[in-house]
Amino acid sequence: MTHLPWDLQLLNTCAALLLLLSFAMLSQRRIVTLVDLLAIQGGLLAVATLLLAWRTGQPHLYLSALLTVALKVAFLPWLLHRLIHRLEVYWDTEPLLNISGTLLAGVVIVVFAFGLAQPITQLANTTMRSAIGIAIAVVLLAFLMMITRRKAMSQVIGFLSMENGLFFGAMSATYGMPMVIELGVALDVLVAVLVLGVFFFQIREQFDSLDLHHLESLKESE
Amino acid sequence: MSAAAPQVTELVTQLLEVVAALAAAPLFLGWVNQCRAWLSNRRAPSIWLPYRNIRKLFAKDAVLAENASPLFRLAPYLVFSTMVVAAGIIPSMGTHLPLVVAADAIALVGLFATARVFLSLAAMDVGTAFGTLGARREMMVGFLAEPALLMVIFVASMISSTTALPAISEHLVTQSLGLYPSLAFTAVAFTLVLLAENARIPVDNPATHLELTMIHEAMLLEYSARHLALMEWASALRLFNYACIGFALFVPWGVATGAIGPLGLALSIPVLGLKLGVAGAGLATIETVSAKLRVMRAPEFLATAFLFAVLGLLVHVLLKA
Repeated sequence: MTHLPWDLQLLNTCAALLLLLSFAMLSQRRIVTLVDLLAIQGGLLAVATLLLAWRTGQPHLYLSALLTVALKVAFLPWLLHRLIHRLEVYWDTEPLLNISGTLLAGVVIVVFAFGLAQPITQLANTTMRSAIGIAIAVVLLAFLMMITRRKAMSQVIGFLSMENGLFFGAMSATYGMPMVIELGVALDVLVAVLVLGVFFFQIREQFDSLDLHHLESLKESE
Repeated sequence: MSAAAPQVTELVTQLLEVVAALAAAPLFLGWVNQCRAWLSNRRAPSIWLPYRNIRKLFAKDAVLAENASPLFRLAPYLVFSTMVVAAGIIPSMGTHLPLVVAADAIALVGLFATARVFLSLAAMDVGTAFGTLGARREMMVGFLAEPALLMVIFVASMISSTTALPAISEHLVTQSLGLYPSLAFTAVAFTLVLLAENARIPVDNPATHLELTMIHEAMLLEYSARHLALMEWASALRLFNYACIGFALFVPWGVATGAIGPLGLALSIPVLGLKLGVAGAGLATIETVSAKLRVMRAPEFLATAFLFAVLGLLVHVLLKA
């Protein structure tokens, strides 16, 4: 094993924990816990950004860490909790694939992501380039979660987790995106969640449920 | 010092390890039971209770079922001896052991599997419903726990590039301190496997004879006297062995490494005692705070263990950490 400086060790630990959290989200049936896990994921992301900012001395990374805490640890989870209580959806129904199956599929996806990341890793010259594979894995696992869940709420959480993965990927490949883009993405996510929140009420009014398979049939008579 | 001296100490270490395992395994079990009783606000049984139990059972006359085959009588000795051999391979006190060349960590998993197969066959031998039920459940838990245990060992082997348990232990002692997420994940996986393999609470309750939930106890129902004593001693040894594997992989400090002298060996004994004391208290705490799972949820529990081990492996491959 190589001897790494302690801040890189901490960054690697953050990356490993992010991967673990993605699996925890895949295996979780309770929506309230899912939101909590999402908040923890945001917190870890903020810690990783802070560590990277401290290591590289790039001021915009401090700002994006602050933005992460404000948006992904505080505001979005609060909003989602409020939506959950108003819509009274606490549990997802049995996912399309059972939990053990989903987890095994997740392992296969992680191996695939690591293979996919290898050429990118060789091109990048940042100190945390080995974490790119984990970032891609987090994105793909969030995809898997969106595919296997039925309730609109879990899909939105999957979407947010995917955004976290992308953010982490950008951070480990190029020390973060330019500030303008980062702000744009943050605003995008915020608006998306707000609009989806309105959507939830519309969906429930139409179908008396948040189960998205109702949206699959084209005619109402079916 | 003559050339033969290190070999003598190695031999002494080997013998001492096996004898210590035999002697201390019931004590460790007694300690875990005592902690469990304290944590649930009961008056604790004596820490020597497992010894008294074994002595009592040895003094009794054995009763065998009419249709029991020789396998049924042979199984306790086989299970017990595999556990003793396993105790000889695990570096609980020193890493230079003469028996090590005989078997590496993968063979050790095989030894545990052999014991499990004979235990299950003996349970099915008499043909009672409970024995068969226990054997089937044991095999279900076993075939899920084994890959997880192997994965745990593979992670440690990849880190130290050897599959011999003492060499792994020695490599981990000598490397510098640091954060190793891969080892942390595998430690969690190993704890889950330990709970499942030793019939501890989330998977099985060692203190119950309630028919519908028991796994390990159901297999021992037909045994009596010396056979039962050997079986119980063997299961105490299995718990002790698993704890020592855990120490060898995750807290290897204090084990006598290199060319050991009598001093290093003497020092490693209290360290092992301390580790066992802490591990026993920790095990009792886990068992007290968790509720027993339904039998059908056990695969999910072990899938989690497997997942943790695989994640440890992947993290090690990618981050080299």
